[in-house]
Amino acid sequence: MGTMISVESVAKTYDSGLVALNDVSLQIEEGEILALLGPNGAGKTTLISIICGITNLSAGRVTVGGHDVVHDYRAARRMIGLVPQEIALEPFERVWNTVRLSRGLFGLPSDDAYLQDVLQKLSLWDKRGAQVLELSGGMKRRVLIAKALSHAPRVLFLDEPTAGVDVELRKDMWEIVRELKAQGVTIILTTHYIEEAEAIADRVGVINRGEILLVEETQALMRRMGQKEMVIELQAPVDAIPEALGKYNLALGDDPCRLVYSYVTQAGRRPGITALLSDISAAGLVLRDVQTRQSSLEDIFVDLVREPAA
Amino acid sequence: MNWWAIVAIYRFEMARTWRTIWQSIVSPVISTSLYFVVFGAAIGSRISEVEGVSYGAFIVPGLIMLSVITQSIANASFGIYFPKFIGTIYELLSAPVSFLEIVIGYVGAAATKSLMIGIIILGTAYLFVPMRIEYPLAMLAFLTLTCLSFSLFGFIIGIWAKNFEQLQLIPLLIITPLVFLGGAFYSISMLPPLWQTITLFNPVVYLISGFRWSFYGLADVALGWSLLAIFGFTLLCLGVIWWIFRSGWRIKS
Repeated sequence: MGTMISVESVAKTYDSGLVALNDVSLQIEEGEILALLGPNGAGKTTLISIICGITNLSAGRVTVGGHDVVHDYRAARRMIGLVPQEIALEPFERVWNTVRLSRGLFGLPSDDAYLQDVLQKLSLWDKRGAQVLELSGGMKRRVLIAKALSHAPRVLFLDEPTAGVDVELRKDMWEIVRELKAQGVTIILTTHYIEEAEAIADRVGVINRGEILLVEETQALMRRMGQKEMVIELQAPVDAIPEALGKYNLALGDDPCRLVYSYVTQAGRRPGITALLSDISAAGLVLRDVQTRQSSLEDIFVDLVREPAA
Repeated sequence: MNWWAIVAIYRFEMARTWRTIWQSIVSPVISTSLYFVVFGAAIGSRISEVEGVSYGAFIVPGLIMLSVITQSIANASFGIYFPKFIGTIYELLSAPVSFLEIVIGYVGAAATKSLMIGIIILGTAYLFVPMRIEYPLAMLAFLTLTCLSFSLFGFIIGIWAKNFEQLQLIPLLIITPLVFLGGAFYSISMLPPLWQTITLFNPVVYLISGFRWSFYGLADVALGWSLLAIFGFTLLCLGVIWWIFRSGWRIKS
């Protein structure tokens, strides 16, 4: 598996002077699922638009499958399918015709059997004769996916595909994503549902203010930056942390009956739970309950993009 | 060349024509027939012949030009403006198609539609007035080139327009007056000398004159000038479109 998409020092400044991307470099491996996370206006859609050819880059170079997206745009774009963020469909056209248009645009002859298969997988086959304006929002989004898949792309961009989508469609969509990944399709998605990125992505890239803050394997990121917390509930309230427990990373909880212990679970490092619990007992405190929780990708994300203190 | 893309765009655009057949084809034919009734049959009977041709027959080439020019602009400008308006232009920009293929697809469909309208109006004219076409091939060539060049022009307007009002602005404020004053309903020799000179600055005069020549062998200006005007206009529009796609003006930031 080689590099499928290579973004080298890409910058984008719009005519208005807005710097949308600033020296962004990113390598996306063939067959992986990369989730791009970032707040609104971070530059996610601009980056996707540059790779797909919708927006011109101001500096840098992008290749898809080794083809330069500017000089060898035909070969590069043939590999790409794009599901845009906004629902953009010709309202009066029929589903079948609009999907067939997409296939033609990508230089392929009609293949009714293939398109039928795509529509069936997306539960759109029954709606093939319907005008787009007759469809529900979720169905329109399925049509966008069908259009993107109509030319069997090797790379699929999903720009916030689950925004405003019901649970069922979201589940279907991730099922399709997994299936495509199994076929070796490289998938890049942006999402605001961080738990989805956590569940589905091989790697996560965090982008903010036009810069890539990090790109890392999802699990490694979770391990590296994921903190665990143990909430210790006591039988009786405490005013302060007892002196004997001062060496632990303890904090008083919202409730005076609670202590919160923060620790990391990294290989080769002991979390110190056993020692803490026996010291608590030695300090004369009686336990009522103990809970642990792992910080989510969402917490990590919020920490990363938090505005620096003024 | 991405031929499949050209075919796909062309078919998609023509589908719009069939979907809106009343608005696309029937309504321009009806409104032109009304011109025949009013100018040809009612008023025309009181106007003497123009250079040996009955007035009703004299205005046929001008009427066809009027319809073909306005329809070409309307079809092509809407064809490319609508994807911009509803956002489906993303697909065109992210597909492996060149500007030439996009233009052939959209302009080809718009020109086909106005060519169909032109031919239907010509057929309708036979029902109202005695007609003759001295140079049928030249007539077809002029008609086709006019459809093509004004569809190219419409395509530019569609890219330039930022809203529906702008889409209508140039056709209504510039093109319709130029066609009406370009000799669609009269020979410029009927004007006072000063106006004859002013009229020569109207490019549509050359198109209508050439087109009318192919019917009756009558021309207000030399045929060479008409040919030069139509080819010059086509090349100018192609040049502007080439620049638009090169610079991404109003379609690609």
